Amino acid sequence: MNATSSGPEIRAAKYSPAGIAAGLIRRFSAAAKRYRIEWWILVAGAVVIAAIVSMTLFPHLFTHFRPEDMNAGPQMKPPSAAHLMGTDNLGRDVWSRIVYGARTILGVAIAASLASALIGIPLGLVSGFSGGLGDKALSLVMDSIYSFPGLILAIAFAAMLGPGVINITVAVAVVYVPTYFRLVRGQTLSIKQELYVEAAHAIGARRPTVLAKYIFPNVIATVVVVFSLNIADAIMTEAALSYIGLGLPAGMPDWGMDLSMGKKFLPSGVWWMITYPGLMIMLLALGFTMLGEGLSEILNPRLQEY
Amino acid sequence: MRRILNYFLMRVLLTIPMLFVLLTLVFVVLRVMPGDPVSAMLGGHAPEYVIQQKKAELGLNKPIFEQYIDYLGQLAHGDLGNSMIFVERVSHPISQRLPATIELTLFGLLVTLGIGIPLGVRASRKRRTAQDFGIRFYANIVYCIPVFWMGLILQMVFGVFLPLFPIAGRVGARIISSDFDRTGFYVLDTLMKGNFTALGDVLMHLVLPAFTLGITLSGVFVRLTRANMLDVLKSDYVLASRARGVPERKVVYKHALKNALIPIVTMMGLQFSALLAGAILTETTFSWPGMGRLLLERIYLRDYPTVQGVIIVYALFVSLVSLIVDIVYAIIDPRVQL
Repeated sequence: MNATSSGPEIRAAKYSPAGIAAGLIRRFSAAAKRYRIEWWILVAGAVVIAAIVSMTLFPHLFTHFRPEDMNAGPQMKPPSAAHLMGTDNLGRDVWSRIVYGARTILGVAIAASLASALIGIPLGLVSGFSGGLGDKALSLVMDSIYSFPGLILAIAFAAMLGPGVINITVAVAVVYVPTYFRLVRGQTLSIKQELYVEAAHAIGARRPTVLAKYIFPNVIATVVVVFSLNIADAIMTEAALSYIGLGLPAGMPDWGMDLSMGKKFLPSGVWWMITYPGLMIMLLALGFTMLGEGLSEILNPRLQEY
Repeated sequence: MRRILNYFLMRVLLTIPMLFVLLTLVFVVLRVMPGDPVSAMLGGHAPEYVIQQKKAELGLNKPIFEQYIDYLGQLAHGDLGNSMIFVERVSHPISQRLPATIELTLFGLLVTLGIGIPLGVRASRKRRTAQDFGIRFYANIVYCIPVFWMGLILQMVFGVFLPLFPIAGRVGARIISSDFDRTGFYVLDTLMKGNFTALGDVLMHLVLPAFTLGITLSGVFVRLTRANMLDVLKSDYVLASRARGVPERKVVYKHALKNALIPIVTMMGLQFSALLAGAILTETTFSWPGMGRLLLERIYLRDYPTVQGVIIVYALFVSLVSLIVDIVYAIIDPRVQL
């Protein structure tokens, strides 16, 4: 579905990058005035995400310990000035494992959400636009996957693929393809009834042009919101898989895996090994949820919650 | 009554293609993807002829499509097949573990609704006040807490630091479960036997897992109840009953909530799969001998027929619940198009 604009030159709207940026800035500054609380929710989410993203980019600025260094300190000591979040059973610094572990979870969650969006959106667009038997069959498949507990599916995929960063990404991505498919298909179905789409057809626009220039730009606003919420969900799925012990090679710093390790020492009162990694998972997921909620208020004012 | 019967039949027929799709997907995932159950089972060093022999025995040397047809035929007879690792039918461990999972999810759901609905109603009545924002904040936070972390935190606080509740298993070591184990639903079993010591112990073991599951899911219900209540509270009949001087409590809980509950019932069906996913993680955290543990144990052993069987039972369970929810919906809301 490569959108080539051969045939009559048809413009639904001007979509130059500068135009989009200017529009967004206008919308955001208007939003900052209009929805005070929602605006701060968005900002808070963005700050949390920015902080964790900078951990993945410059981990050495946050800690001078290496995550796999077993001589970082004494074994299983509670938080102290030297080790902000204590040390684990192997004498590794918990904070350094959190800093370096951010890469794994954030990378997997973003890559997985992107992959499912890149598969789900085109499928949903084409399926909803073309209709017919193919659309019915594809919808049935997607609805079936959607209604089934995603984690179970991810477990099955992760188990079959074996440990590995790419494999866990695939396992998480599979779960969310139907989310995008259903969203985009539903939107496409309603947008293709609009008068301007009919007009485009009437003046002789080709089907790929209609899809790319008339329908797609109208679908994308909702997708942005769902994408952010989806990353939050993918974060929890990734953490769940690695907590269960599926998906990642042993020893790799990862919040979910560190939690399952800490679980073994919980009965002897070692609270710091489980408190901090879990707190980070929650914060990261919360960051993306808040960003998504804030965006949803601003990009889709009609969907506004009272 | 006829209306509901027809609806019921339609819904059952619609469930079949969904199950079929899931079944096919699971089959393909387990058979086509890398990883060979026989070599996994016999260890890496088994001679080639032994592997081939074992494969022939299990029917794994046939073409995939033939295996698939065989498997469907088997399922059509209600047979989930035999385990590849143990000498047992797949249905055997499932029938032992399923009640544990159902018991956990039911109590989890109870906690979810018990927290979610009252908080949602409260938030809608105090709209845009500190209470409302506080409750919405709770809903968002709780939604982002991973189930297993919630479990660990509850274990830490109420099991280790304040040793109030047990943190693992369904019954304590001093209680012998075979004394009352009949249906597998321990709460029911102990009640039927009149064994109240055991009942108390079983309930104590349920507290933390049920709250783990219940609290994490309650956020969704808070938001849903709040949004629906706000809609309903704006309606004319609420205004009318207020004008007639009906006490506010009665207006809210009797007139408004009753109508706001209808979409919540539908949502319960959709959230059920989240509940089951959460149950797997809760089972892992609390060593709860349910379906989720079974699934993971057998995945590590590469016992494919059992893994398939467990996933199919999960799918059946989800469809059954969504069927029940739809029927309840049709009964309580006569406007449903049938």
